[in-house]
Order: sequence, then structure tokens, then C-alpha cells
Amino acid sequence: MKLLLTSNYAAAYGAKLARVEIVAAYPITPQTQVVEKLAEFIEGEELKATMIRVESEHSAMAACIGAAAAGARPFTATSSQGLLYMYEMIWWAAGARLPIVMGVVTRAIAPPWSIWSDHADILSIRDSGWIIIFSESAQEVLDNIIQAYRIAEHKEVLLPVAVGWDAFTSSHTAEPVSLPEQELVDSFLPPRTPEPFVLDVNEPISHGNLTYPDEYMEFRFLINEGLERARKVIREVGKEYGKLTGREYGLIEEYKCGDADVILVTLGSMAGDVKDAVDILRKEGYHAGLVKLRCLRPFPREALLNALREARAVGIVERSFSMGRGGIIATEINSLLRESGVNDVVTVSYIAGLGGREIGVNDFINIFKSLFKKMERGSGFEVVWYGLRG
Amino acid sequence: MGMKGILRVVPKEEYLLPGNPSCPGCPASLGLRYLLKALGGKAILVIPASCTSIIVGPYPFSSLRVPVLNIAFAAAASTAAGISEALKVKGKEGIQVVVWAGDGGTADIGLQALSGAAERNSDILYVCYDNEAYMNTGIQRSSLTPYGAWTTTTPKGKVEEKKNLPMIVAEHKVPYVATASVGYPIDLILKVRKAIKYRGFKYIHLHAPCPYGWRFPANKTVEVAKLAVKTGIWVLYEIENGKFRLTSLSSSLIDPSKRLPVNKYLKLQGRFKHLSEEDISRIQEHVNTMWDELMRLVKES
Repeated sequence: MKLLLTSNYAAAYGAKLARVEIVAAYPITPQTQVVEKLAEFIEGEELKATMIRVESEHSAMAACIGAAAAGARPFTATSSQGLLYMYEMIWWAAGARLPIVMGVVTRAIAPPWSIWSDHADILSIRDSGWIIIFSESAQEVLDNIIQAYRIAEHKEVLLPVAVGWDAFTSSHTAEPVSLPEQELVDSFLPPRTPEPFVLDVNEPISHGNLTYPDEYMEFRFLINEGLERARKVIREVGKEYGKLTGREYGLIEEYKCGDADVILVTLGSMAGDVKDAVDILRKEGYHAGLVKLRCLRPFPREALLNALREARAVGIVERSFSMGRGGIIATEINSLLRESGVNDVVTVSYIAGLGGREIGVNDFINIFKSLFKKMERGSGFEVVWYGLRG
Repeated sequence: MGMKGILRVVPKEEYLLPGNPSCPGCPASLGLRYLLKALGGKAILVIPASCTSIIVGPYPFSSLRVPVLNIAFAAAASTAAGISEALKVKGKEGIQVVVWAGDGGTADIGLQALSGAAERNSDILYVCYDNEAYMNTGIQRSSLTPYGAWTTTTPKGKVEEKKNLPMIVAEHKVPYVATASVGYPIDLILKVRKAIKYRGFKYIHLHAPCPYGWRFPANKTVEVAKLAVKTGIWVLYEIENGKFRLTSLSSSLIDPSKRLPVNKYLKLQGRFKHLSEEDISRIQEHVNTMWDELMRLVKES
């Protein structure tokens, strides 16, 4: 069945198809429709779940933690300030190894107030132990949420998953979305089989007790092991989902990278416009390509290296910035290339589209053309604030 | 109540194990012990940052024979609500989800989550053990520290009054609110048993005199707790579906002449040793006024 859905509604349909059992969320623009739609599903008895109408995002994640610790399948969604407000519990969820799935409608952080697209919010949870998956379209949002539960609940992983999509350009833009049949999703994603350590009065165990320096490091190490193993799980789950639906997913998506001299790396809704720019430039004879990041954590090291190692220039266009350093994703990719011995490449960190500033096909063509000039330098790293008003 | 009566009310079964790392004379361990006896082990405990985070024991040990979820300071009530709803979705009945939190985790940093869960009437039992300051971090004042009390952040004595939290919770119109004291375990146990008969939000505010923080000898916890009730500074009551009722010894203290002077309670504690006669009179007057207000509630109910 095909429906015309915004990414927000697609997220709600994804959660419904995943048969989530607990929804705990606090409204924030532009996430609200996700929760409103789920409330409709629950009250209309289309989804057998309980909604906990919490008084804050901190409590939203706390309720998800409680629900997951008791063996249920929880869902929440938030954005921007809300994500920052739940930040303490974000780390708790990962540390407690609980398979929670959260939608993040990525939005700028205040002050000054801005409700528009920006990735500073989701990247603030980068180091917490959450798996972070990004979506370009409403279809991807739906597919990613369903897959996220398989990944999170996988015995080799047991970590929470954040699924991101862009404020307004995705959250409020309707696109045709293919809805898989419920039976198909059920066969792909069976009910969660609770681990032996869920809260149970017949087998009482204590979670999260004080840990001395002799043990704490091992807990952190094991979270990282789970994330490292998740890389393979995400690929396997993406392949299996592809067999069932015809839409296969990997850690990254490559578009015409094979012979590309210049590759742009980006994520989210910008990727569509970059594809158009690549097509236009290819007609003009430029060897341009795109890498779309689907998975931010675990970092898709090998996949990125394979895609980028032959390029002469790599531009990373992102709606995020590490103050006093550079683009967050760009510095990671630059490090990856250098530490892997790829030195004959120019990497440029483009900071663009912050707070929802328009960036479109023509901008990407400009960026590509500028990179074709910069590639003659042979090597180096540079940060460019694109489209800054003078 | 005679010895036989006590044995009938208090089960022999222990759920808080000996050898746990609580301080000598710890009121939290007394309260936890009675609470879990009253619950008969059919409980999941949610514990935010507090002295009890230590009392439950370091990894990989636990001093409790019930499942425990340790959680961040401000998150107890909402976490418990999540567990409670999950148990219902999973069809698991007859398990009480219990928050066991200190006064900081309840009245200060945890108040928002507490109010949210109370307003939603989440099916949990919330127990605040009130030792009237942040004891685990070393005796800093909380909003439940009483007027005049020395703490490390009020070295000249607290100038504000204690927040009336049980009444604030009662204003959420939840089915059951009660106060209790570690000096009156039977009263506590009966209240826990009554509370868990209700579906919805239940709140018990447990007065918990702390030898370390209040500066009295470790063998006087129960004595100080009893004096708080006998002087009328701490009042034992319950509000069942909005109906207010004094309980245990407090029900016989309506006549002011039956109440001991507050100084009997204050003078045992080093935290009040700097108080002037004027301060003590002020505290006495405050207690008298509070009882006038309680009289009104008794008459209304």
C-alpha cells in the first residue's frame, strides 16, 4: 500500500508497524505530529500500546528506560531543546544497554530561537553509545524505524537507536511512502524476547549499582564492543529488509562514486539535491559523486574509506559544527582518510544550512566546481562557512 | 500494641540484607526494611541518586532481595511509571512498582517528575524518606530542611521554612497520601498495605532522622523520630480519597497540652544547637499554628 506521508507521519506508521508497546513523549516543534498520530493510532485501537503523556523530555526518556528495563518495546521522539533536556537520560539509556528507539527531528539549538533544520542536536549525542541513523526521505524514516528495533534488540548489540530526519524539509513535506504489510513486518521483527536481566520479581537483580574503578572501564569498553558489532548487524538487517521490501539499506549510500574525482559527503534531505547536482555536472563532463551517510554511529569506517580513497577532493557538507574546531563529520572523515594513509586528497568542511538556511542544487554545483579547483592542491584540510552573509 | 500484635503485623521475612553499607543508626535502612516487609517482596524498586544508591551495595552485589533499577536523580517517578505501564502491557499483575527516594530527589530535583506522575495518576507507590538535607553528598540543605537547621550550605541555620510536600502531593487529588515515621513502624507498615490496595498514585512521606546529618548519637534514631511526633513537629496522618485522618500517636495530640515542647526534640540534635530562645519560640509557634490548621482538616473530614 502507498500513502502520501510526511516524515513525521511515516515515523508514526513505522512505530505502529514495529508494534511498539509504550510511547512516552513530550511535544516540541517540529516533532509534534509523530506523537499526535501515535495517539490517534492508540486511541483508535489500531495500535495496542500505552501512551505516557509525560511532563518533559527528561521524563520521556526515563519512562522509556523503565519500560525497556521491564521488557517492553518503547518509542519516543523529540527535537533540539527537547533532546538536550533529556541528555542525562540519553547516556543512561545507552549505559543501561536498553533497546529504545527514538525519532529525532533535527532542529537548530537556541539562542536565538530557531525551529528550522540543523544537525547540532543529534550530533550532541554522538559519543553517548547510541546508534545514530539518518534518513533522507519519508520512506527511509519508516524503513529505518522498523529496522532500528531489529538492530537495537539484537543480542550482539543491545543499544538504543536514534533515527534522524530534517525539520520541515522532511518532517512536514509529504511524499509517497510504501507501507509494508503488517504480516511482513511481523516476520521481520518478532516481539522482543526479553533478556534474562529484565526486571523480574522472581529473579531479582539490581541494575546500575555503584561501580568501583576496578570495573567501570569494562562497562564502557563493552558498550563500544556492542557498537562495533552493530556495524555488521545494521548491514545484515538492511539486506534482509531489502529482500522483503525491495529497499536495501547499508551504512552509507554511494551515488556515482566509482570514477569520481570529487565526492560530496552529506546526510539527510540535502542528499537529494546533491544527486541532482551530480547528474547535471556529469552531463558537463565533471566526474562528481555523492556519499550519503546513513549511519553516523557506529562510524562507517571501512565503507567510507572504500568510497572515498580514490577521490582527489572530498567535500563534507553538514548542518553541524564543533565550535573551535570544524565540521563535526568533516573532521572525522578527514581523520579517517589521514589515519588510513590517504594523504593525496583535499578535504573541505562546508558548514551550510544552519538554522534552516536554504541550500539547493545550484549551491551544490558551486561547491562541486570550487572543489574541482581545490583538488589541484593535492592535499590539505580547510573549513568553509558556505553562504555566510557579509 | 503489645509484642504479639507487633509480631502479627511485621513479617519475619527480611528483604534488606544485613551487612549492607548503611551508616550506624541509618533511618533509610530502617524504613526500607519495614517497607519491603510490608510489600512481601512483590515489588520492583526504583532508586534515584541518594544514600540508598550506596545502601543497595556496589556491583556485583545487592543488599536487596527485590529487583532494583538505579536511576538518575530527577527521573525516579517517570521511570517507575514506565515500568508500571510496561508490566501492564506485558500482563504482569500484582507487582508493585515503588520509588524509594530522598528529600532532594523528591522535593527538589525530582519534583517535576513526581508532579507529572501524580497528575497522570501513574500506578506506583512513591516513598520519600525525608532526612531533611542532602546527606549523601555531605549535609547540604534541601527544601525539606526545617527552619533554623544547620547544614553545610546553611552554616548559620536555614532561614526558610520546610516545604509541605505531602500536602502538595495531596493537591494532585491522588487516591492515597500519608506521612509516616521510622519511629512508628507499625503505622508505616499498615499505611504501605493500605496504599497498595489502590490503583493509581500513592505517596508516603517518611520522616527519617539521620544521626550523621542531624548531629545526634547513632543509637538515638528512633528516640529522635518519636520525639518529632510527640512534640507535634512531625504529624502522622493519611489522606485517603481526599479524606484526612490523623493516625497512631498523632491522633491523640490534638489537645496542645498533650504535645511535648519542641525543645525536647530540638535539643537532642547538634544541627539546632545554635538556636536562640527566640528561634525556639518561633518554631513552637509554627507548630501550634500548623496544628490549628490540622484541626480544621480533621473537622472538615
